[in-house]
Amino acid sequence: MTERYVYMDHSATTAVDRSVLEAMLPYFSEEFGNPNSLHIWGRKARKAVNEAREKVAALVGADASEIIFTGGGSEADNLAIKGAAFARRDKGRHVITTAIEHHAVIDAFHWLEDQGFEVTVLPVDERAMVGISDLESAIRPDTILVSMMYANNEVGTFQPVAEAARICNDRGIIFHVDGVQAAGHIPFNVRDMGIDMLTMSAHKMYGPKGVGGLYIRKGVKIQPIVHGGGQERGLRSGTENTAGIVGFGAAADLASMRFTDGSIEEEVRLRDLLIDSVTSSIEDAYLTGHRTERLPFHASFCIGSLEGESMLLRLDAAGIGASSGSACTSGSLEPSYVLLAMGITHELAHGSLRFSLGKDTTREDIVYVAENLKKIVADLRALSPLWKNRG
Amino acid sequence: MYTEKVMELFMNPKNAGRMEDPDGVGEVGNPRCGDIMKIYIKVKDERIVDISFETFGCASAIASSSMVTEMVKGLTLDEALAISNKDVVNALGGLPPQKIHCSLLAEEGIQAAIEDYRAKRKAGVEAKA
Ligand SMILES: Cc1ncc(COP(=O)(O)O)c(C=O)c1O
Ligand code: FES
Repeated sequence: MTERYVYMDHSATTAVDRSVLEAMLPYFSEEFGNPNSLHIWGRKARKAVNEAREKVAALVGADASEIIFTGGGSEADNLAIKGAAFARRDKGRHVITTAIEHHAVIDAFHWLEDQGFEVTVLPVDERAMVGISDLESAIRPDTILVSMMYANNEVGTFQPVAEAARICNDRGIIFHVDGVQAAGHIPFNVRDMGIDMLTMSAHKMYGPKGVGGLYIRKGVKIQPIVHGGGQERGLRSGTENTAGIVGFGAAADLASMRFTDGSIEEEVRLRDLLIDSVTSSIEDAYLTGHRTERLPFHASFCIGSLEGESMLLRLDAAGIGASSGSACTSGSLEPSYVLLAMGITHELAHGSLRFSLGKDTTREDIVYVAENLKKIVADLRALSPLWKNRG
Repeated sequence: MYTEKVMELFMNPKNAGRMEDPDGVGEVGNPRCGDIMKIYIKVKDERIVDISFETFGCASAIASSSMVTEMVKGLTLDEALAISNKDVVNALGGLPPQKIHCSLLAEEGIQAAIEDYRAKRKAGVEAKA
């Protein structure tokens, strides 16, 4: 079939790194103890969980006591949003989020709406950025919670989270950040930035799937969703996923290392090479999201007169893994709400493509993807009734 | 998700591209997801002697276009009008449920092209008379 395979869908998930896997392996059969048991088996597992908590905390500048482990990013988002809203509902019923959040956040807000909360959804500009003045004017005396993602999964844009945090801090509003795409990929410090709660997910940073983390600043009170044995300071009951948590810790270590060895800078160079190759060699191809204020591993486009699913399948046949927010690729047959919120037309949103690079992506991979995409676009445009230069 | 037949026609579609001087052109759009299919036909003695398509849509839409053009080539106009999207789906070895609507474009595209041909012919006859 194809002689080369290039996975460029790291926003969807990443491979568990070898070092992470090796750290995890002993915690399945040898060190299998329940971290809540008093005996030697339990104590060993407890020690491993505590060490992982230190590592995850260090990744974002938090104290270990401020990290709660969950069963993934979606659960951490739900815990943060529902937990904070219910803990503070006597202070007010107004909550704020943005138009481009992940479903784990948006749908949690919809659920809050059903429970009698009032939700304001902030718009974004054409590069998917929220305006700080929009946030300021949306805030009311009864606003209790603001949730804004650090970086968008579909178009890569960073939000002005530090400014938004300051505004919320000044007014005593809890500020939650969905950092699933950003954590482990760019260095930042929750304390310096004034973030009250931060969601992280291990599988987006070379750790295992089904393990997440929620940073909750000391002093912020939230209600649990899962009740039971009182693990994780009573905020997430259930016997800890020891191996998964150990894997998260190892992934956080790996990420911290990548912050200091020039990996991120190289990733940015490769990302920019891909963006420049695609936008300069393919006519009617546009970058989506912000040109510079974006995830270092993230390049997303809209390709005019084409449809995403057909491009994905042709890329797949060439051994390239990518993703799209086109209507035909969504179960609902609606184009991505993120692209629509940015003011991109239905027609152009049809041709959305996302390439997300990984730590093992090479310059050759970028060249391979750019060359193949160019050829695929030309082939498919020969079939498109919308393409002007056809025939 | 797709059958081998769908993938084969999607990767190597038959009768693809614009046609010069067609006798009839049908352009139909898909209200579900906003896709467009254009069918060009050449007609001789009430028979489709040549056909081609252009499609802006997913793999299922492209494969359906290719399949329907192969199915109706050589048929009389009335025979071609009797081809339904079910026939196209069957010939493709099936489509996923959420992709059935794409095959409707193929049925409608052929109908629109034949209607266009008949309307033009009628107008031509009247103009001569
Ligand atoms: C921005 C964002 N938030 C939340 C999630 C959900 O994380 P998880 O897959 O760990 O539940 C994702 C994953 O796709 C994401 O990209
Ligand atoms: S053409 Fe849109 S789903 Fe098939």
